[in-house]
Amino acid sequence: MIESILRYEFLQNAFASGLIIGVIAPLLGVFIVVRRLSLIADALSHVTLAGIAGSLYISQSIGALALLNPLYLGIAASVTGSLFIERLRRLYKHYEELAIPIIMSAGLGFGAIFISLAEGFSSDLFSYLFGSVSAVSRQDLWIVVIIAVIVILFLCIFFKELFVLSFDEEYAKASGLPAKWIHVLFMVVTALVIAGSMRIVGILLVSSLMTLPVAAAMRISKSFKQAIFFSITFGELAVIIGLVSAFYLDLAPGGTIVVTSIIILLLTILSKKWTKKGVLSQ
Amino acid sequence: MATPLIKLDNISYQYEQTKALTDINLTIEEGDFLAIIGPNGSGKSTLLKIILGLLKPTKGDVLLFGKPVNQFKEKERIGYVSQKSNAFNTGFPATVEEVVRSGLVKKIGLFHRYPKNVQKEVRQALKSVGMENFANHNIGDLSGGQQQRVFIARALISNPKVLILDEPTVGVDSKNVRSFYLMLTHLNREHKITIVLVTHDVDAVSKSISHVACLNRTIHFHGFKNDMDTMSDEQLEAWYGHAVRKVEHRNEVQV
Repeated sequence: MIESILRYEFLQNAFASGLIIGVIAPLLGVFIVVRRLSLIADALSHVTLAGIAGSLYISQSIGALALLNPLYLGIAASVTGSLFIERLRRLYKHYEELAIPIIMSAGLGFGAIFISLAEGFSSDLFSYLFGSVSAVSRQDLWIVVIIAVIVILFLCIFFKELFVLSFDEEYAKASGLPAKWIHVLFMVVTALVIAGSMRIVGILLVSSLMTLPVAAAMRISKSFKQAIFFSITFGELAVIIGLVSAFYLDLAPGGTIVVTSIIILLLTILSKKWTKKGVLSQ
Repeated sequence: MATPLIKLDNISYQYEQTKALTDINLTIEEGDFLAIIGPNGSGKSTLLKIILGLLKPTKGDVLLFGKPVNQFKEKERIGYVSQKSNAFNTGFPATVEEVVRSGLVKKIGLFHRYPKNVQKEVRQALKSVGMENFANHNIGDLSGGQQQRVFIARALISNPKVLILDEPTVGVDSKNVRSFYLMLTHLNREHKITIVLVTHDVDAVSKSISHVACLNRTIHFHGFKNDMDTMSDEQLEAWYGHAVRKVEHRNEVQV
């Protein structure tokens, strides 16, 4: 395996992107889960699909843009979607969750139109839907690196504030934090991570890398620090095992990564049952 | 005369068509222990939110430490403890220490990490609410009363002059309510912290407080607790909106 990675650039791209995503997706995911925004991640991934499909269609129909990386429009769609969700959540104050089906169906609707307009990008599309070991380009890798830098910077600056906002939003506002702006930035960063992770895990499964490792970590964590540590550990484990098995068994990595995450989740649930008091109880 | 810590000047507030508060005048001086009491829907929580600047009054001015609320920047001088029941989810993976130190966020500001001695400050804040042995516990594992004490420690860590509490004993089991108020009395008398709380358990709180404000959309009485005894039955009835009986026992006023 190591030999193949050293030999083939596409494998280097896939593994390097995977390892980076394995850190940033669950890291941001901890905040998404504790803020009960898991479903929003799902909605945003569907909006990304609209951007990707739109871009693939444009590349097909306009010769000059044939080499346009679909990730750019995917990112643009995802970020726009995140801002729309916020707008809708404020518009439907008492039915905040309505924003999710609205944005999700808008994403799928546009996606379906672009897919049916263009015929013949089914194999490309398959890799976007479920991830791919072979389709990650060097350019994709660089985009993932840039997104990772943005995420890390964002979390370095706003970590304390995000903790307060996640734990107790009213308290955050009462203590004078610019809660609204931090939240909007948070949504935009989430949209970036979703668009960036999609190359490896696939649009349909991208939110799982933000939620499943966190769900497992929360079973055994006593502190927020532990929750972050275990989320990243489980995320990395899932990506590594998922990518290796996808490579050898010729499967879509989205599937293998998610199934590995599910197994990790089940193990943490069982381990808690077996030890009764919890693995890390003091 | 010293500047009052909180001054509400002719405050009114309207939710869409309903008038929630009308012509509220209230002055809170340093060292006061004020209970704002009133029936459900009397606008108690709305009033607190207006004081904190979370809601903008339709009419009137709020002065905090002599400054209009929208110009008041030192929010850490006012500690806020919200109603526990809707404030956080109990499954949140955080230790008591992580929660308490988050009270310093605004004071420390963006781009800065918690200082090295933060642990010491956390212990001190926890000690003043009698929770010093719980720093490493998961917040969700504590009882309602213990959680409420932790939230007070979170408010205390930034050394506030005023502590504002919204129904602090909701979710605290009745046998611990008394000791909870004793702790507040201790903070008020020994640590010189001005306390404003909203509650309906007049009975339990009455031994601790110095002042009472009876609220039902407007303020029907505000003054020293002992003067509340002089309220006539008509005044009480006008306040509560229906006939009430004043019961006096152990020098406490119960309605």
